[in-house]
Amino acid sequence: MPVFDLAVAPLRDLNAALHAVGAGANDTHFEVVNPRGHHAVAVGADAPVTIAVRGSVGYYCAGMNAEAAITIHGSAGPGVAENMMSGTVVVEGDASQYAGATGRGGLLVIKGNAASRCGISMKGIDIVVHGNIGHMSAFMAQSGNLVVLGDAGEALGDSLYEARLFVRGSVKSLGADCIEKEMRPEHHAILADLLARAGVEGVAPSEFKRYGSARKLYNFNIDNVDAY
Amino acid sequence: MCGIVGLFLKDKSLEPELGRLLSDMLITMTDRGPDSAGIAIYGAEAPGFAKITVQSPDPARDFPGLDARLAAVTGVTVDLAVKDTHAVLTVPEASLDAVRAALVTVAPTVRVMGAGASVEIFKEVGLPRQVVERFGIAAMAGSHGIGHTRMATESAVTTLGAHPFSTGPDQCLVHNGSLSNHNNLRRELKRVGVAFETENDSEVAAAYLTAAMRGGKDLGKALEGALADLDGFFTFVVGTRSGFGVLRDPIACKPAVMAETDRYVAFGSEYRALVNLPGIEEARIWEPEPATVYFWDHAKAA
Amino acid sequence: MSYQNPPTPPRKSATFDDYTLAEIRRAAATGIYDIRGGGTKRKVPHFDDLLFLGASISRYPLEGYRERCDTAVTLGTRFARKPIQLKIPITIAGMSFGSLSANAKEALGRGATLSGTSTTTGDGGMTEEERGHSSILVYQYLPSRYGMNPRDLRRADAIEVVVGQGAKPGGGGMLLGQKISDRVAEMRTLPKGIDQRSACRHPDWTGPDDLEIKILELREITDWEKPIYVKVGGARPYYDTALAVKAGADVVVLDGMQGGTAATQDVFIEHVGQPTLACIRPAVRALQDLGMHRKVQLIVSGGIRSGADVAKALALGADAVSIGTAALVAIGDNDPKWEDEYRRLGTTAGAYDDWHEGKDPAGITTQDPDLAARLDPVAAGRRLANYLKVMTLEAQTIARACGHNHVHNLEPEDLCALTIEAAAMAGVPLAGTEWIPGKSGF
Repeated sequence: MPVFDLAVAPLRDLNAALHAVGAGANDTHFEVVNPRGHHAVAVGADAPVTIAVRGSVGYYCAGMNAEAAITIHGSAGPGVAENMMSGTVVVEGDASQYAGATGRGGLLVIKGNAASRCGISMKGIDIVVHGNIGHMSAFMAQSGNLVVLGDAGEALGDSLYEARLFVRGSVKSLGADCIEKEMRPEHHAILADLLARAGVEGVAPSEFKRYGSARKLYNFNIDNVDAY
Repeated sequence: MCGIVGLFLKDKSLEPELGRLLSDMLITMTDRGPDSAGIAIYGAEAPGFAKITVQSPDPARDFPGLDARLAAVTGVTVDLAVKDTHAVLTVPEASLDAVRAALVTVAPTVRVMGAGASVEIFKEVGLPRQVVERFGIAAMAGSHGIGHTRMATESAVTTLGAHPFSTGPDQCLVHNGSLSNHNNLRRELKRVGVAFETENDSEVAAAYLTAAMRGGKDLGKALEGALADLDGFFTFVVGTRSGFGVLRDPIACKPAVMAETDRYVAFGSEYRALVNLPGIEEARIWEPEPATVYFWDHAKAA
Repeated sequence: MSYQNPPTPPRKSATFDDYTLAEIRRAAATGIYDIRGGGTKRKVPHFDDLLFLGASISRYPLEGYRERCDTAVTLGTRFARKPIQLKIPITIAGMSFGSLSANAKEALGRGATLSGTSTTTGDGGMTEEERGHSSILVYQYLPSRYGMNPRDLRRADAIEVVVGQGAKPGGGGMLLGQKISDRVAEMRTLPKGIDQRSACRHPDWTGPDDLEIKILELREITDWEKPIYVKVGGARPYYDTALAVKAGADVVVLDGMQGGTAATQDVFIEHVGQPTLACIRPAVRALQDLGMHRKVQLIVSGGIRSGADVAKALALGADAVSIGTAALVAIGDNDPKWEDEYRRLGTTAGAYDDWHEGKDPAGITTQDPDLAARLDPVAAGRRLANYLKVMTLEAQTIARACGHNHVHNLEPEDLCALTIEAAAMAGVPLAGTEWIPGKSGF
């Protein structure tokens, strides 16, 4: 099991080793210690490995992850799992702004709170936040699911496209073109699956409200100009 | 565009450590700004005396005998402590303005970095490590302080363009972001008699707060006014004689992380600035909300 | 016989000219601002206002057919392990699949490859057509991140972080629904047929301090192989160039206001940004002030049309230029042979700019399969290659005439200006004088 101590080892060694993992490799578990807020930790992984990061990280940890299962045993800085393709990223602590930005696939689980712009421009990723999320979350979110067990900040889902937003707590305000929508059986099923995969227990899909696009901004109309 | 840090101590037993802790926080932020760095420390006050931190482009010429020359002009005793390109002048509180006025003629190339009962400000072109070393900041004690490492956007890379900016007694500000209406605001403030040293947008923010406080607002109220009057992107960390404030603009996309324990309140542009603080593992850590004033004050807490 | 006043002809306002009046009526009738493609149509000071001082007695020219004048340029020498080698100092600018048809993208790739230069993706991701037909492909990293994925990032030859473009510095985009076909919708993860609003800032960073960290991430993902470009619109070129360098760019791409775009507000195209001519010297000065001129390469775009423009941009300090509109024209855009169809669209060949509507008779700015089939990518690629070679030959001709064995040895002192405006913007003397407006001593 390769261990990278970022207090002494260059970041380059870690990411180069992750990128060198070939098919049938034996070493499929990596451990990163002393990340101490380093940026770009475990980015661009492209193989079904597991990576345990023991501590808090800076910007863009697990950026563009594909296939790897990455657990951050600490908090994550801005842009954790940005543009993730597939795989799983779990943040045991809190996540800063832009968590899961533009993510296209895979599952991002944040056990603490996420700050502003969680799921901004998401394009297919699933994000489950055990705590609260900050303002402007799911801005221009295109597809995928954002599940929030706590509360959402201001302007949730502003300029939303087709992403689904599920919030269990309060929503401070909805952004332009974002509305509450009916929870139909298929939404209960999606939510139940995501909660189970995110390790959430004792919480029922019926406790959530669903939010989505009113689709009024899909085609320009000058009478909606206040929303632009 | 920068890295900023701040530390406000609640536990007096940490005060001897302030300079060391803040220096370490700032050095961690070096990547965010390679151009210049600066720190303001709110240290021990001597009742009846005020401090003026000055900077000289030619310390060997300006500083020797500066105390005697100022004393000769003003008739009061001036204590001089030279630290590299900076010096701290300690003068009777009542003579603060007289000494500042005398400086203009006695040492015309010397610039005032800041003045007040408590604050000392050190800033220079260079990386944080070099700057904190040349001024011996790690050895300084104090109750609170703020620091900045700068990636200059539109204004010059000079000592005067470095942060913190101090525009009033014991007041200083560091800024991460870029203001978009600072030129108009500077013109308005100039019309009401505020003097400026630089073309820096952050100096305008500092001067705006000073003018508001001079008009009778406390720091918290002044910061609320800033939300209405300042346009652009900003995260500010502000110090006063006894207070410490944080403010982010309503969009709030410049990074900011705060930590609070029963011993301190800390601010960093990134979490890694905070990792060496004592007890950080148990601290409450959060990101300040947009358009929300955060304000701590020793005087009010007491 | 009674006296009659001589009749005065009706006089129209210069302020409220016919075009302005029509625009007011159009806005009042439709309730939407004018959205179009292309670059600025107003006249702005440009390279035409500069002239070269050929060699004669004080300097000696090079012989055209046997004395070499090199044109090769290497981009990305600062940090990238695999810098890009171009045979000519002219690249193809970013234009998206979506705004352009797949055939048009293929034609650009073919033409660039035949000429030994690079082409660039756009706001919509990388297509197999362009990757397959481009020997050197620059992958744009845009605020929308449409189609962004690490696999394409790794198979690109360079990465261009787009902060802005000359047509709309500070602006996002708006692609109206007509062109969002099934394939475009899938690549962009969007519902078919809707307007596309694109963000003006990147979703996960703001400002140069964050950009530095973003560049680090992109380098780590691509194992420090790829040159990282940063593209900015010509607005505050001194500061933006300096900050791109401080943030760690290998190459700065600077797009003046004449630079085209797929679709944006006309008010943006015509009223925001600086002419290309005015942008180059401040950017070069920023590089020089940081000791990075020729170490961080500068690519200039926006209104480059001929070898003379290329030579002038290089003389002012650029390392290469980039073309967009001119490349589209070379492959057949706005060709008069489609005049009847342009008329039916209410326009004329040479004026067609509704690129977002997808009705391009030339089959270039469209997703309509019938229209797109009109463009033969092989023949169109050949035309682009011919054009690029002509431009290069023209630039060489000028460089030789000024006595240079490499086009990069052209310098501002090889130029004079025809107008005071151009003299001031380019920082070269007004023709026949030693006067550079704004320089001390005058």
